[in-house]
Amino acid sequence: MAAKKNGGRVAYVNARLIDPASGIDAAGGLLTEAEVIADFGPGLFAGGAPQGAETVDCGGHVLCPGLVDIRVQLREPGEEHKGTLASAGRSAAAGGITTMVCLPNTDPVIDNVSVVEFVARRARKLGLAKVYPYGAVTKGLQGKELAEMGTLAEAGAVAFTDGVKAVSDALVMRRALSYASTFGLTIVQHPEEPRLADGGAMNSGETATRLGLAGIPGEAEVIIVERDLRLVEMTGGKLHFGHLSTAAAVEAVRRAKARQVNVACDTAPPYFALNETAVGDYRTFAKLSPPLRPEADRLAVVEGIKDGTIDAIASDHAPQDEEAKRLPFAQAAFGGIGLETLLAVSLGLYHNGHMPLIEVLRRLTCGPADLVGLSVGRLSKGGPADLILFDLERGWKVDADDLLSKSKNSPFDGCPVQGMVLRCVIDGRPVFEAGGSKVK
Amino acid sequence: MNAAVPDNVHFPHRHLLGIEGLSPDEITILLDRSEAFVEQNRRADKTKLVLHGRTIINLFFEASTRTRTSFELAGMRLGGDVINMPVTTSSIKKGETLIDTAMTLNAMHPDVLVVRHPYSGAVKLLSEKVNCAVINGGDGSHEHPTQALLDALTIRRRIGGLAGLRVAISGDIVHSRVARSNIHLLTTMGATVRLIAPRTLIPPAIEKLGVEVFDDMREGLRDCDIVMMLRLQTERMQGNFFPSISEYFHFFGLDYEKLSNAKPDALIMHPGPMNRGVEIDSEVADDIGRSVIREQVEMGVAVRMACLETLSRNLDDGDADGG
Repeated sequence: MAAKKNGGRVAYVNARLIDPASGIDAAGGLLTEAEVIADFGPGLFAGGAPQGAETVDCGGHVLCPGLVDIRVQLREPGEEHKGTLASAGRSAAAGGITTMVCLPNTDPVIDNVSVVEFVARRARKLGLAKVYPYGAVTKGLQGKELAEMGTLAEAGAVAFTDGVKAVSDALVMRRALSYASTFGLTIVQHPEEPRLADGGAMNSGETATRLGLAGIPGEAEVIIVERDLRLVEMTGGKLHFGHLSTAAAVEAVRRAKARQVNVACDTAPPYFALNETAVGDYRTFAKLSPPLRPEADRLAVVEGIKDGTIDAIASDHAPQDEEAKRLPFAQAAFGGIGLETLLAVSLGLYHNGHMPLIEVLRRLTCGPADLVGLSVGRLSKGGPADLILFDLERGWKVDADDLLSKSKNSPFDGCPVQGMVLRCVIDGRPVFEAGGSKVK
Repeated sequence: MNAAVPDNVHFPHRHLLGIEGLSPDEITILLDRSEAFVEQNRRADKTKLVLHGRTIINLFFEASTRTRTSFELAGMRLGGDVINMPVTTSSIKKGETLIDTAMTLNAMHPDVLVVRHPYSGAVKLLSEKVNCAVINGGDGSHEHPTQALLDALTIRRRIGGLAGLRVAISGDIVHSRVARSNIHLLTTMGATVRLIAPRTLIPPAIEKLGVEVFDDMREGLRDCDIVMMLRLQTERMQGNFFPSISEYFHFFGLDYEKLSNAKPDALIMHPGPMNRGVEIDSEVADDIGRSVIREQVEMGVAVRMACLETLSRNLDDGDADGG
């Protein structure tokens, strides 16, 4: 690659440099040297490109840290027909994601050290987005016996979750929070009371009633949220709720944060960009878990992102093959892919005037990284050169068939979005460039 | 401090139900009296007939070998009549039965009842229904006062005193009566107590008892004079407190590497029975330079003799009023 010929130095000039962690949003430049950031800052290279370095003219577009996606289902090992580390890696690169944290709901489950090491080794070999696994809270995700969280953390698991299953037994959750707190580890809960959600296919309410579908009430979410907030106050552990979707849950977390409870949460683009009407005429790509909610909930999620109640936005990437989605709605699988639409859909929060750009990016970079204790998602001299360059304004229409993900089940299929990744750089190497020239 | 305790020092309690509430002086009386018995127990003639004519009943509602034998020997060496009454757990599930048993035994005019019971508070309940002295031989997860006393005696004889020592207690604190009695005794006597365990095995608000809690064993052991290891009481565990024995041992098992954080001459104690390879590495447990585990057992008999004798002194000579 060109980088090698120039002593591995690449100068990004003429950029709008944004780094939410340090608050930079200014015209500037950045220099990478081999795998790391050698220099960056407002005004850097204002006088022209440096000698002896490959030069990338950013054309005034946004250059910022690569996105950190803390909720991804990889399907490898176990369900490679739906997705693999490689397909997710390519898809992530196209979406500007340089770090992924994957759920442990693979087969085998990430509840032992060998699977943690398998995922890490495979991801390293691919050289695409960095992959960090969540470990299982309970053995086999069965919700009964604690997994070896201490040992898994030593092997590299960044936090613990039972993935798309809630830890529903209150005593198990209490013990999990308490045990994890011994090691300073975070428990990530899928906040859904399973008995209330059982059999439901979409949000409970008028639309479900008209469609004749069994509903999942919003209360299923807030009941677990409220319960676990009490448990974390009792145990002194660290708690994180994945993909919040309801106004009640956001409000519960807001109140808990106000009383200094050690809690954080994320949401995913469908919950602030879509509502239950997307289910339309039984569109199974819009069958998500948690389900898409009414408009009032969507607005509350937007509000939660704005005021910082919601700390991070994650893709909630959940590949399903055609066989799992081309079914009657009630029988179809839950989940949607999201790696390639994460940035563009999130930028809607800026384009629609809800938030400054740097705040949107904060919830996609250092915000989520901090929650799982990773130092990525920020620019730092000597730090890894994980960067993206994107055109803030360019519009495009999501076409599921054009996405690089192996599975095509995007809830945003057909949606117009604004904001396009031009280049994605991992450890100084470009792994994606817009316009068809996909490196790697 | 050796046996030079004047015999007229008064121990102002009828029963020994726990360490909590005892003053430093009262604890010292019991420890000082124990010293004399240590010497006596090492002689060929181990008897001193101060309890001649007294009846001691060992009432054990829970399986025990070590503590029961220790009390039995203690009573016999003092010349008392000792009866062991093991009670099967099935017959004590109802509170009614406990009190009935107490009333029945009371009618036989025992002088001292040594009681072990799987439920916290049961020994106190029983003590309220009898006229004799009651020694708590361990009640549920509450107290095991003679264990704490024998631990203190072991430490005192090795190091010379308790005040100012830094003691780490590691293991299944939440279920442990030994831990609670030791916390009360050691903090009362001016030692600093640290607890080391996964948070699931640390009871809530334990800091209120004047101890410090450590999640990291190496940090917790740093510069400690004494390391007390406790057994995982799986029989008392309702559900899952930790993922596996191997993870437990990895983070909380005492091995030489972790022990190297304690003082170089730190003593290792264990109330027994030990689970080698779970809470303690075999090599460490058997290290004659560090481990005082067998000495603890020896001190146990002396301490129990002292307790039996001390409480007997407070008994009326004839059958009198009730408690």
